[in-house]
Amino acid sequence: MEYFLEQLINGITLGSIYGLIAIGYTMVYGIIGMINFAHGDIFMIGAMISLIAILALGLTASASFALLLLALILVLAIAMILASAFNWTVERVAYRPLRGSFRLAPLISAIGMSIVLQEFARIAQGGRPKPMQPLLSGGFELMHRTTEAGDFIVRISTIQIIVIVTTLALMALFTALITRTSLGRAQRSCEQDMKMASLLGIDVNKTISITFVMGASLAAVAGLMFFLRYGVIDFYIGFVAGVKAFTAAVLGGIGSIPGAMLGGLVIGLIEVFWSAYFSVEYKDVAAFAMLAVVLIFLPQGLLGKPEVEKV
Amino acid sequence: MASPLLTIRGVETFYGKIQALKGIDLDVNEGEIVTLIGSNGAGKSTLMMTICGTPRCRTGSIRFGEADITQTPTHEIIRLGIAQSPEGRRIFPRMSVLENLQMGAAVTDPKYFDEDLARAFKTFPILEKRQSQRGGTLSGGEQQMLAIARALMARPRLLLLDEPSLGLAPLIVKQIFEVIRELNAKQGLTVFLVEQNAFHALKLAHRAYVMVNGRITMSGTGSQLLASPEIRAAYLEGGAH
Repeated sequence: MEYFLEQLINGITLGSIYGLIAIGYTMVYGIIGMINFAHGDIFMIGAMISLIAILALGLTASASFALLLLALILVLAIAMILASAFNWTVERVAYRPLRGSFRLAPLISAIGMSIVLQEFARIAQGGRPKPMQPLLSGGFELMHRTTEAGDFIVRISTIQIIVIVTTLALMALFTALITRTSLGRAQRSCEQDMKMASLLGIDVNKTISITFVMGASLAAVAGLMFFLRYGVIDFYIGFVAGVKAFTAAVLGGIGSIPGAMLGGLVIGLIEVFWSAYFSVEYKDVAAFAMLAVVLIFLPQGLLGKPEVEKV
Repeated sequence: MASPLLTIRGVETFYGKIQALKGIDLDVNEGEIVTLIGSNGAGKSTLMMTICGTPRCRTGSIRFGEADITQTPTHEIIRLGIAQSPEGRRIFPRMSVLENLQMGAAVTDPKYFDEDLARAFKTFPILEKRQSQRGGTLSGGEQQMLAIARALMARPRLLLLDEPSLGLAPLIVKQIFEVIRELNAKQGLTVFLVEQNAFHALKLAHRAYVMVNGRITMSGTGSQLLASPEIRAAYLEGGAH
């Protein structure tokens, strides 16, 4: 039971990070119908920028908790802004000129941009993994039981709390933004009928750019969280996390934001539980097998919308 | 009725290699209702869309008031004061009726919203009943009303209506044409109306054009065209009435 609880917390943490990345995939797919394969690498860029900012600010675990938290918010802001600038540029340079071209063109261009970002990070920051001492070490004991084999303690670390709380807060914020504001309405209108949106005075290109910026800022949040939680990053983390998050987006129903979050959680939980109870080697097989099963029985994904409309 | 609001000169539009508009000259003056009639595939809807810059004309010029809008981006043309209720209605299917109307008001000052919404609901009471329903679940007639109401939410100087009578019961058609006449008479709204339902359109309009195969073949006042034997033979008799 304790072991289960502990793995559950780990799974939710990992799933939150996947979910944050998956939202970027799903929003971009929703609005222009393409998979931005470079999105995972935007996550990597966000993590790298976080690392650089942390080092530049000279943050260490010895600082007080309040100061650390404040500094991390600053780091987050920097990472979000710069990652957004990267993603905005990628869209402007590599996707927008291909809009209206055949469907595969922007997809190929996206794979190209993925390689560009990876190689850029490798050349600029070196290829070696970058470890770091944990900045935040504290946590809470949720359960403590003494057995013959020794004490069994279920802990939730400060970082895990930060990851989960931040994710929940961002989810709430983004849901409100999409469903209640005129910006969100403009985005949804472009999703449903781009030409009509422009006939109502919506600047479609600007709306698409904003979507890329929003996705990138969430990926940057995920980047910082990933770095804080796992303590090591390299130029290649974007690929694996990107594939997982993309899977999460498809699993949840591509185009649906709650679906992306749910998909992220499911993938994270499967991965963690499979590693815990079966074998670490096959955790990815388990996650992708789950995707296959869901797509066979629910081709629209868990929360995807079936396309039935009166015309 | 002196000053021209919309001036179209020598406009040619292509879809790939196919030429849909073959040199259109057309004027809509401030405060007028002008109608364009013609059979299916004549290029009427293409002209409507070309005015809004999507697709763009290959040659010719389009002026709106003082501005040359031939190369202006679509969303900026709309912001100048043109609203369109397009062919096929194009209601956002996964948005509520209210949200569709909010989209219509995207270019206006939010302070007008409540007033405009009340007017839209007064004009089309069914929309008020359906306001939280998704656009895609409305019947064809309700969608048509929503499309017109959405266009009006933009407070346009020029309203482009593409076949507002399509798929509607005769009673509702009458009602919609009455609304158009009233908006024109009371608020001085300029209307450019594309119709296959030539009889109603010609009765409503101050002036009219006839389009055949991407060319304007006739023009005159509504009553002149109504009286013309060619028009009667081609568009009125044995059909609409």
